[in-house]
Amino acid sequence: MRDQHLVSRRTLLQGMAAGTAVATTGLGTSRPAFAKDLVVGFIYVGPKDDYGYNQAHAEGATIIKKIPGVTVLEEEKVPETLDVQKTMESMIELDGASLIFPTSFGYFDPHMLKVAAKYPDVQFRHCGGLWTEGKHPKNTGSYFGYIGRAQYLSGIVAAHTSKTKKLGFIAAKPIPQVLINVNSFALGAKSVDPTITTQVIFTGDWSLPVKEAEATNSLADQGVDVITCHVDGPKVIMETAERRGIFCTGYHADQSKLAPKGYLTGAEWNWSKVYEAFVTEAQAGKPLPNFVRGGLSDGFVKTSAYGPAVSEEARKQADSVKAEMIKSPDYAVFKGPLKSNIGKEVIPAGKSYPETAIELESTDYLVEGIIGAIG
Amino acid sequence: MDNVGMVLVALIAGALRVSTPFLFVSLGECLTEKSGRINLGNEGALVLGAMTGYAASYETGSAWIGVLAALVAGGGLGLLHGLVCSLARVNDVAMGIAVMLAGTGIAFFFGKPYIQPSAPQLPVIPLGFWSDAPQIRSALDVSPLFFIGLLVAFVMTWAFKNTRTGLVVRIVGDSSDAAKAMGLPIDRVRVIATTIGSALAGVGGSFLSLSYPGSWNEGLSSGQGLVAVALVVFARWNPLACAAAALLFGAAGALGPSLQTVGITQGYYLFYAAPYALTLLIMILTVAPGRVLRGMPGELSLTR
Amino acid sequence: MTIAMSSEAASKATAQPKQPAGDWGYPFRRLLEQLLVPVAALLIAATGFAIFLVFLGTSPLDFASLVWRGAFGSWFSFQNTLQRAAPLLLTALCVALPAQLGLVVIGGEGAVVLGGLAAAVIGASLSALFPPLVILAMAVSGALVGAFWIGLTGWLRAYRGINETIASLLLAYIALAVFNHLVEGPLRDPASLNKPSTLPIGEANMLGSLPGMNIHPGLVLGLVACIGFWIVIQRTSFGFAWRVTGGNLRTALLQGLPANRLIVIACALGGACAGLAGMIEVAAVHGSANASLAAGYGYAGILIAFLARQSPLGAIPMAILLGGISAAGGLVQRRLGLPDATVLVLQGFIFVSILASETIYGRFRWFQPRGTA
Repeated sequence: MRDQHLVSRRTLLQGMAAGTAVATTGLGTSRPAFAKDLVVGFIYVGPKDDYGYNQAHAEGATIIKKIPGVTVLEEEKVPETLDVQKTMESMIELDGASLIFPTSFGYFDPHMLKVAAKYPDVQFRHCGGLWTEGKHPKNTGSYFGYIGRAQYLSGIVAAHTSKTKKLGFIAAKPIPQVLINVNSFALGAKSVDPTITTQVIFTGDWSLPVKEAEATNSLADQGVDVITCHVDGPKVIMETAERRGIFCTGYHADQSKLAPKGYLTGAEWNWSKVYEAFVTEAQAGKPLPNFVRGGLSDGFVKTSAYGPAVSEEARKQADSVKAEMIKSPDYAVFKGPLKSNIGKEVIPAGKSYPETAIELESTDYLVEGIIGAIG
Repeated sequence: MDNVGMVLVALIAGALRVSTPFLFVSLGECLTEKSGRINLGNEGALVLGAMTGYAASYETGSAWIGVLAALVAGGGLGLLHGLVCSLARVNDVAMGIAVMLAGTGIAFFFGKPYIQPSAPQLPVIPLGFWSDAPQIRSALDVSPLFFIGLLVAFVMTWAFKNTRTGLVVRIVGDSSDAAKAMGLPIDRVRVIATTIGSALAGVGGSFLSLSYPGSWNEGLSSGQGLVAVALVVFARWNPLACAAAALLFGAAGALGPSLQTVGITQGYYLFYAAPYALTLLIMILTVAPGRVLRGMPGELSLTR
Repeated sequence: MTIAMSSEAASKATAQPKQPAGDWGYPFRRLLEQLLVPVAALLIAATGFAIFLVFLGTSPLDFASLVWRGAFGSWFSFQNTLQRAAPLLLTALCVALPAQLGLVVIGGEGAVVLGGLAAAVIGASLSALFPPLVILAMAVSGALVGAFWIGLTGWLRAYRGINETIASLLLAYIALAVFNHLVEGPLRDPASLNKPSTLPIGEANMLGSLPGMNIHPGLVLGLVACIGFWIVIQRTSFGFAWRVTGGNLRTALLQGLPANRLIVIACALGGACAGLAGMIEVAAVHGSANASLAAGYGYAGILIAFLARQSPLGAIPMAILLGGISAAGGLVQRRLGLPDATVLVLQGFIFVSILASETIYGRFRWFQPRGTA
């Protein structure tokens, strides 16, 4: 995905947008002509303004809406049941969607696969990196972002800022994607100070505001002074941390507004980039790639601007590591010898896993320096 | 601090923080049930109160106006429940569920624009000023709503025992035949009790959005309004016991996260279910067949 | 006494006015009343909601036409509606069956998830066997576990005097916790990395669609169960014993009916239905048990049962109504830009209105028996 190329095309198309708009008003059609447009469907599992996972995707969709000749359909709070199959089918049957982005991880199997088999002419791209060549239908695919490196950078900044040398991580469930983030954050912090600890708390589900606030408070009570998280909507955690007078680093989207004093930085998605690329290729009639993935260096992921509490030293180190990450695609956060927090060697000496390493996809451990267990 | 001390502080802090919504909803439910009706719709009043309170606080800049707005919104929903249930043959349990749906629906519908902005929050009373330990200071930052809730519990207990109004509510709730014989306006009493009860639930909701966790979003309530129904039975329809039970439920809610911070990580789902299991267990131990629960309003469809 | 039913419940269950000789039109008028009242309530709710929409600046006509298109307007839409109605038929029975005895059970969700979990575990461990056999074993285990869970509520009620509404609600919360613990802990398929699930039951053991349709067989099961239990309640001596017990416990005891046992049986049968709903979700949709099983079907079933006035037969149109509204919800979101909660508001209007309409029954003399009985 070449950045400059996209941007130039977009500006060009934007120019045409004005013309099209005038034309349609001239014809007196109040509704966009669905048939002529490329109809793109977005499906979210939660409310699209949750300051988190769903908002990150919805922000991407907002950018797509500006592309002329594209009609965007959105449905929020669609559960991972038959409902989502019906939503996809309804977008296709009733609104003529030809490209669908089911954005929640749980939509893939069986829901998207089932619908995709039924509508071979419609393209489906799922967020989560589950698509496998030969195993899954050709009209489906995955796009996936590696956000671990951004969490590593957050860990660096957190370690510099922490006075108690205790960090906290509030996570929904002990699944590999979450554990990679927890481990990356802790390793980033340990790269600054090997004695630093990260306490993890699992709330058990993706959106439980009271429990998340309670976890934030009990971490603060323990003396933890920088908190981050991996839940669907980090709003409550950021606000509670701010009220407790401690620091936080964000996740999914930019949450600096919620904690103007304590927000340090954050690991954010930049889905608009992925969506734009898919949509422009679909408009040009080109076949869509089945598997797209990228991280910090590909612009799929970004870090939030540093908050006021971040020291010069922290900025410098984080920026230099970031530059190194962007320069070399093989930059590895996970390097052997690495032990888990129960003393098991998880990565042997001499081995290192860059973010794309398949071994990381089945992470089932917390690295040394993390307090907590996968219960 | 050692681990046990740590967990204890966390439990007390959690109890003070998490209990307030339980306290208000259970007091509201207690009043409604004392008059002989059950209102599962208080869950809806809680959510609607949370949204209205947040929205009003944001629009006016005053969190207390938010609390007032939540009171009115909750009361409105209670009025609807009370009036419809006064019609013959309308089932109050089912209507409660319908009202719950309507309340949460309206709250989600009008709450969309308020998910993003930050509204002014209620102040806290720093009762921990004497301590140097930040844990204790923050644990004792107690919301004034908590004390208002306690006050309501005391007033309700006293009023049930010592005032004519309290007596009227109890008679209406215990035996509509007796109430009829005394010429009491049964339906009016119940409508008023339900309205006030839901208004209290609304205030409980405003605590969620304006104090703790202090934010509005659609997952804010994890069913506190429904659990309050169990809590009232647990508390034997005694407002002061409701307050104690609310504290207990709050502490139990804090048990999961605080146990994890000291390294007990197995089965956190089971810890989270502790309050429910505890309630059921206590019901099994204290209720015997053939014996009527002490304090139970005789007219309550739920308890027959 | 262990059980004492409210006089209201008593009158509801047994007060079917005697049909005086010669009034041959009465059964038809009674049927007409049962059809007209909910329709009138629906119209009132629709009017109220239309006013709500006008205030918001949305055309109620646009809205109505979209609901029609999304729910019933085409074969595709109607299948969508039926499919969404399918699990609700079974969970409604979990409320409607105990209700025949005057019990209000609201914990069906617990039976759905545990029934689904049991079915998934059995299905996965027997997956190599002959598929129909696997399906049968799954159905039996799902139903049994569901029956046990709600039957427990009934037992607590009958033999320990614990209120069934509260007990079932608490048990539902406990069931969800146990379910999550097992699915993400001991019973988790190690290969289910980012979506914790139990072991898959295998593609061969999955239920396909009904022939020529895009609907899974759960719909047929639900319809058969609803009609079957309606016949049992209306036409058999067993159902009669239920109705007598639900109507008046003293009479039931005088008749020598084992009231406590009947309570446990009614609850267990209801729980079996909810457990089957969970099994269908596993066998026809998910292929394993995971957190998506707790989709709220158990709670929706409560509303359906009450809307249907606890009639298993009445649950069918009400489930279709609810299914239709949720089927149309997506279209409304996409075309009118209204939030997803719009559908919740509409449901609230309809449910309040239909439940309130309960009071109309018997108010109009024209529908009542005539003659000098």
